[in-house]
Amino acid sequence: MSLATAVVIGLLYGLGTYLVMQRALTRIVIGLALLAHGANLLLLAAGGRAGEAPIVEEGATAAYADPLPQALALTAIVITFGVTAFLLALAYRSWILGGSDEVEDDVEDRRIAQLGHGQRQ
Amino acid sequence: MKLLLPLPVVLPLLGSALSLAFHRRVRIQRWIGVVVLVGTLVAGVTLLLMIQESGSASTQIGGWPVPLGITLVADLFATIMLAVSTAMVLVVLVYAIGSPTTADEATFFHPVYLMLAAGVSASFLTGDLFNLFVAFEVMLTASYVLITLGGRAEQVRSGMTYVVISLLASLLFITAIAMVYASTGTVNLAELATVMPEIHPGLRQAIGALLLVVFGIKAAIFPLFFWLPDSYPTAPTPVTAIFAGLLTKVGVYAIIRTQTLLFPSDGPSTLLLSIAGATMLVGVLGAIAQDDVKRILSFHIISQIGYMVFGLALFTVAGIAAAIFYIVHHIVVKTTLFLVGGLIEAETGTGALRRLGGLSHTAPLMAIFFLVAGLSLAGLPPFSGFVAKLALVQEGLALDRPLVVGVSLLVSLLTLFSMTKIWAGVFWGSPDEEPPGARIRATSRRTMLISTGALVTLSLLIAVAAGPIYELSTQAAVSLFDPGHYVATVGSR
Repeated sequence: MSLATAVVIGLLYGLGTYLVMQRALTRIVIGLALLAHGANLLLLAAGGRAGEAPIVEEGATAAYADPLPQALALTAIVITFGVTAFLLALAYRSWILGGSDEVEDDVEDRRIAQLGHGQRQ
Repeated sequence: MKLLLPLPVVLPLLGSALSLAFHRRVRIQRWIGVVVLVGTLVAGVTLLLMIQESGSASTQIGGWPVPLGITLVADLFATIMLAVSTAMVLVVLVYAIGSPTTADEATFFHPVYLMLAAGVSASFLTGDLFNLFVAFEVMLTASYVLITLGGRAEQVRSGMTYVVISLLASLLFITAIAMVYASTGTVNLAELATVMPEIHPGLRQAIGALLLVVFGIKAAIFPLFFWLPDSYPTAPTPVTAIFAGLLTKVGVYAIIRTQTLLFPSDGPSTLLLSIAGATMLVGVLGAIAQDDVKRILSFHIISQIGYMVFGLALFTVAGIAAAIFYIVHHIVVKTTLFLVGGLIEAETGTGALRRLGGLSHTAPLMAIFFLVAGLSLAGLPPFSGFVAKLALVQEGLALDRPLVVGVSLLVSLLTLFSMTKIWAGVFWGSPDEEPPGARIRATSRRTMLISTGALVTLSLLIAVAAGPIYELSTQAAVSLFDPGHYVATVGSR
């Protein structure tokens, strides 16, 4: 793995992690997309050095690139793409219903917050 | 055998496509669903019987040699899970057809539901880490659609959490796969089993921990469970029931599979034992604080997962056998409890304990169903939960782990308390507030009662046939303890 690939993967994971921890849904979606890119690059990097296109020909002896991680990355890209699209649709639905882009508190948190609020008064 | 092995995956997939073609004809969709799932169940049970008779089997889809092709492996553990889960999928489908408020009539319920079934079967049968990821995604993507079916505001809110957490877990899974491939050059489970012991121990531990986190999120073990009690109760009852019965158990299956095959341990694992204890305790304490039937039951899923991890953490044949028996018992009983919860909601229009009461007079059959399943969950004799917990406790004591055994007994007691709470709130006394009233037709009520009754009978059968089933679990655990057996199965095409 070259240093550049390693740095890019690290950056993608770092930025993705940062964005996933935000409260706005769009940022989370973008963060997940970045994480997905990072993971796919890592898959590619796991295949080792780049080489010839892995098409077997008679008498060819050149070092082939490992095709398996590429196939895996392709599958992973399709899956994360589909789920991200679904997530965007869900975020849009949430915006239509609630008018906000924020992740809402879960029911329990809200109830506990109310309890605490009641006690203070 | 070569043809039979892919059937539990292929049948629901084809059914799903066919069902989609008839997307405006609910009646035809229902028939497709039932017929396909009966076929899958027959295939699953036949597979179980054949495997028990003749040992594990494997096949390569497309006929490519081992590390390249798509490997399907059926050993006893996988087929036990397959048979039980398919039975649940079928019964819950019948329940969904009868159910008044769902979703059965929504255009895409049936195709997506069958897709979920295909994903679950594929997760059990796959012999390849990457295909496990794909099977998980098939199952999860179907579950994303099902959990937000209807698109109400609270469903979108909780569904959002569910999707984000699951997607994050999936990305971690890809990361783990990349690490595995970089360090070993294969993702085939059988090959990994032979190569894994040779790589650097630090690397092996890192990969093991990463996979444990990935599957732990799916299985909702401590401390990765927060998404579950928030998202499950908002979905329509049949969906919640099938999620409660199956999805987390697929995570547990993956944990047991990878931990026994790739990261075998010599003795009890203190890390897993502490996770198990914390999962049991936190789950049951969460349940006690709730006052809605479905939310109470959702928290109990977590606490029950702890028992299964407990069995695995002991790393002995008897411990894992107990865990497998526990999973079988739990899948049936938990699904039953959610179905009864759905019946209560259909009968009265609410699941809030303070608005319920006196149902033992108006709906005695429901009360009996709940009593059997609830007492079984708490682990009272003579029900199946008792056998499962007894096996775990005995093995825990034999290995001299009194602390976690004590926790498990305490949690059983608290489970009983929380079941009593539902019982007293729903079936005895009178409601504090007027319930909204029934929204159910007589015919659909009958369908729901019959399917729930079938599951109650099944759970009683597990208790009656505890001996043979436990023997089967032991047989499965013995083969889990011998990775060489798994490797040989895949190697001998």
